[in-house]
Amino acid sequence: MFAAGETVRVKNEWPEALGPVHIRTPHYVRGEVGEIVRYLGDFPNPEDLAFARPAERRPLYHVRFLKGAIWPEAKPDDELLIEIFGHWLERP
Amino acid sequence: MNILETDSARLLTAVRTLLEQKGIVSTAEVMERMATTDAANPGQGGRMVAKAWVDPAYRALLLSDGTKAAEALGIMMRGMPPLGVLENTPEVHNLVVCTLCSCYPRAVLGYPPFWYKSASFRARAVRDPRELLASEWKTVIPDAVKVRVVDSTADYRWMVLPVRPAGTEGWDEARLARIVREGDMIGVTVPGI
Repeated sequence: MFAAGETVRVKNEWPEALGPVHIRTPHYVRGEVGEIVRYLGDFPNPEDLAFARPAERRPLYHVRFLKGAIWPEAKPDDELLIEIFGHWLERP
Repeated sequence: MNILETDSARLLTAVRTLLEQKGIVSTAEVMERMATTDAANPGQGGRMVAKAWVDPAYRALLLSDGTKAAEALGIMMRGMPPLGVLENTPEVHNLVVCTLCSCYPRAVLGYPPFWYKSASFRARAVRDPRELLASEWKTVIPDAVKVRVVDSTADYRWMVLPVRPAGTEGWDEARLARIVREGDMIGVTVPGI
């Protein structure tokens, strides 16, 4: 589990390169560092649910990213707020 | 081709019949969900926003649990994804997008507008939201206000609670609800009078 305010990195993993997958982690934040805003609850893992496999419930977080860290144009201090499952996050 | 006898229509009938026979979903439940889906429209979200503008206790409920706040106004949320509500303030402007598909708070806003699903809106919203809002909606977010792009990627659905516009002092809920537009609750526009 991660706590609100904790710094996290989205895993720089690309399972879609290996075969059919259903992933709810946008490609543009893979490998990027963000901050946990809050825990949203546990939800069945969509990566299994989409293939009708037994889906373990996994923690889902709202994670904030500084926009400038991802796309430096426009206003870098604007934010992105994204729902990301805990198994996609690691401590940098 | 007889459009009343398409493969998709036959498939739908077959699946519905199987669901009924196996006791998974009854016809009554399917009809109930169709009625709920058809009844959902931006006016429901507008009622929630208007009530939040005049009732501080309801506003607190809306921001802490959007699903309960919708149910409190008689909006059917059973079986729908949890609803989260993000508040616009003089410091922050929220914009909702779903870059992966088209997640949208349908229970309270109804069907998404056609552009919401477009690749163009989805790409521009996360990359350069200020330019997108200014060029397509004439919504200019002042530099002093932070733009927060909410990419709706998973199990929640997100709605924006807009800032109550100046000049609406003393208005009742019904009058306030009439000025809240669909785009205001996604963050592409802001309510005005």
